[in-house]
Amino acid sequence: MENSHVNTKSVLERTRGRLDRIGDPALKVITFAAAALAVTVLGLIAIELARGSRLAFHRFGLGFVTSQTWDVVHNQFGALSLIAGTAVTAVLAIVIATPLAIAIALFLTELAPKPVRALLGALVEMLAAIPSVILGLWGILVLGPFVQNQLEPFLNSTLGFLPFFRGPTSPTGILTATLILTIMVVPIVASVTRELFTTVSPELREGALALGATRWEMVRGVLLPAARPGILAAVALGFGRAVGEAMAVLMVIGGQIGIHLSVFSHSDTLAARIAGQYNGSSTNLQTSSLVYLATILLVISLAVNIGAQLLIKPIDRRPRRRRIALDRALEAQGLSAD
Amino acid sequence: MEAIKTKIEVTEKERLPVVGEREAVFEARDLAVYYGHQRAIDGVNLDIYQRLITAIIGPSGCGKSTFLRTLNRMNDLVPTASLTGQLRYRGIDLYGPGVDAVEVRRRVGMVFQKPNPFHSSIYDNVAYGLRILGMKRDLGERVEKALRAAALWDEVKDRLKDSALGLSGGQQQRLCIARAIAVEPEVVLFDEPASALDPISTSAIEDLMHELKRDYTLVIVTHNMQQAARVADMTAFFGLEVNADGSRHGVLVEYDETEKIFTNPSDKRTEGYVTGRFG
Amino acid sequence: MSEPAFTLKATGRLRRRQLVNQGMGALAVGAALLAVSVLAIVVISVGSRGAGSLNLAFFTQNQAQGFNPKGGGVLFAIVGSLVLVGIATLIALPLGVLVAIYVSELAPSRLARIARMALDITNGIPTIVIGIFVFTILVAAHGQSALAGSIALAIIMLPLIARATEEVLLLVPSSQREASLALGVSRWRTTVQVVVPSALGGILTGTTLAIARVAGETAPLLFLTYLGTSSTADANPLHPLQSLTLVIFSYSDQADPAYQSKAWAAAFVLMCFVLFTSLAAKLALARYRKKLGG
Repeated sequence: MENSHVNTKSVLERTRGRLDRIGDPALKVITFAAAALAVTVLGLIAIELARGSRLAFHRFGLGFVTSQTWDVVHNQFGALSLIAGTAVTAVLAIVIATPLAIAIALFLTELAPKPVRALLGALVEMLAAIPSVILGLWGILVLGPFVQNQLEPFLNSTLGFLPFFRGPTSPTGILTATLILTIMVVPIVASVTRELFTTVSPELREGALALGATRWEMVRGVLLPAARPGILAAVALGFGRAVGEAMAVLMVIGGQIGIHLSVFSHSDTLAARIAGQYNGSSTNLQTSSLVYLATILLVISLAVNIGAQLLIKPIDRRPRRRRIALDRALEAQGLSAD
Repeated sequence: MEAIKTKIEVTEKERLPVVGEREAVFEARDLAVYYGHQRAIDGVNLDIYQRLITAIIGPSGCGKSTFLRTLNRMNDLVPTASLTGQLRYRGIDLYGPGVDAVEVRRRVGMVFQKPNPFHSSIYDNVAYGLRILGMKRDLGERVEKALRAAALWDEVKDRLKDSALGLSGGQQQRLCIARAIAVEPEVVLFDEPASALDPISTSAIEDLMHELKRDYTLVIVTHNMQQAARVADMTAFFGLEVNADGSRHGVLVEYDETEKIFTNPSDKRTEGYVTGRFG
Repeated sequence: MSEPAFTLKATGRLRRRQLVNQGMGALAVGAALLAVSVLAIVVISVGSRGAGSLNLAFFTQNQAQGFNPKGGGVLFAIVGSLVLVGIATLIALPLGVLVAIYVSELAPSRLARIARMALDITNGIPTIVIGIFVFTILVAAHGQSALAGSIALAIIMLPLIARATEEVLLLVPSSQREASLALGVSRWRTTVQVVVPSALGGILTGTTLAIARVAGETAPLLFLTYLGTSSTADANPLHPLQSLTLVIFSYSDQADPAYQSKAWAAAFVLMCFVLFTSLAAKLALARYRKKLGG
């Protein structure tokens, strides 16, 4: 008895010792390598983009950013028109989407009865899951005609005195692109905001209601201010999505250079132009210019992303519950842009 | 129910006028509260008298908070809550048709167990209710008055714009009291107001309650019997009753002047609780 | 005093406040209805136009030859999509889990924070930029291939899988780790044989969500595997394969209604796959979280 016990023990010790001596540090090395790879890829992306833009940068310098030209024939390129298009569509989309999204989040957390809540919440998230190329297809073939035949004439007739709603109607253009982007952004902001609202303690709500506030007064005076940094972060994330969207915008924006006031006009964005021209690029300079556009796009989305992270920071100091909820909401969005 | 308003003489004992001479602010008759099919409290018959401190005591789970929340219709926030019987506030059926819960809550304020100041400045916390109600004239003075009444003014008068979250627990609770009385309620409900605070803050709050009694009717839920004995004029003891299926619900066992409850209770169950034999 | 001298009804100012309250409530309901309507419109649009064109040939045949595209199907695209997403998952899943293990269990907090931030930033990079990146490091020298596409998709999936895995790893109760360690099991065995298996359900659902996400990606693939229609169902990852998303894109460009109807059909198939997978994964994740007491 004693013998076998000792034998087993030493066998175990021997094999265990060998494997474990390398096991712990091995795991550490392997996982560290994976993490290092992830970080490296990020750095590589920046470096490669910079390298690819070098030709165009030497040729145009920083003036590239302020030039509106995009002339393939004469090999003259500039990003301003595209930056403008990106800014206009993304900002408009956010402006329309944010109040809608907050309203939806409020409905889900304050008004909806429990069974409706889960169902509707899932439906809103489904909207975010629709691949952008499908939204683009729908945009060209369904939304486009509607915009051209109903929406734009209507806007022209009611608000045509403003320079934004004039000009020939078209199925493609800034308006259609903005609407598609809005459809993409609303579920993102709504989901994150909704998670945020659930982390605001019920005691805070009760405190306001017990004072004799109506539900809306509680929302406006207590809930929204308490959730404000999170809402800003959600908006930043939605904005990042809108800025980076390539396919759907490419399909519905009309692909033209030039800055016009009217939302009926055709335009182009950084992401869409890259998507549209990269494959057919005829010269090295054009290719480099497109990579230069990608670099600008990268810088913008990094700035927005880091901005959003900074906004989330104060939330990180709050209870863990809120941080987890926010993480979940972000992950649920699988955020990035096509 | 007739009620004769009498001017109360303050004797050196400070406490008790004859109960029958005071107006009843709340009258509960056969009040029962259900959450869905689950009975929470039943058989509550009592009157809460004006400008007295009434304490609700009892073991945990006996429905003290549930009863308290019927007084300002906060139970409405629970979708499955319902109640039977009658609850009158100054003669009006509190749950009658057309009664607006928001109006009720303006008149019957509440201070919660854990201080729950809003994420804004000290000033804005107190001003919140005033702004909603449109009492914006002399806003600054009203805020000061409320903070003084809550014995907080001196400590915060130089930093009204600072975040309320920077205050200590006891200060936050006094801020919540200031916030509640700023809107000039008639009643203030306290749901275990000092259970989350340290002893020094607790005693500050209790002193405050004595002061507030002069202008407001106070109803306090507390699990701390000594606190009830120190502070309350009337005490209601809620006990637990076992149902046929083994579940339990709360019942009003005894309701009387505090001194009587603690020194010479009529009901054996009350005696058992206050002498520490159970609960 | 039998007659109350006041009322508890809503009057004057309160009545106005209640009207505002109700108005705001109506707006909120309206917004929610609007969102659901848009979803319904899109789904029904795609469904009504796409489902009709579906037939067996669609799934089993390749692009018809010649000028008449009426026949034929998108088998090559379906196969291509499977290869692209499959290889991407093979790359991203182990890497993602390893990174998550490092960040949640083994890393000093400073490094963990850097890694997390890098992942979050990568998550926010527009996918077209990622496509350009993979193009410059891989395709410029070696030509287009599905492998390049898979690498781009893997870069997109990595932060998603890592984050989901980290979350479930943290949900595994520390009592399990402690019990294992107390028994004398080494650190690495505890992680690999106790913690990770415990978290497996969550890891799988997180991966499924990531799959649903990249199955719908088009932009990064545009330069990496774009070819055209194919008459053969190629599955070689070193060749530039098509994907369902690219097919939708390229067919949508055509004026010929036969192509358009194929685009709708492909869109319908893709949409069903993505929506169904996302929904199922999210349900599973919610249930899983509840089980672990998240």
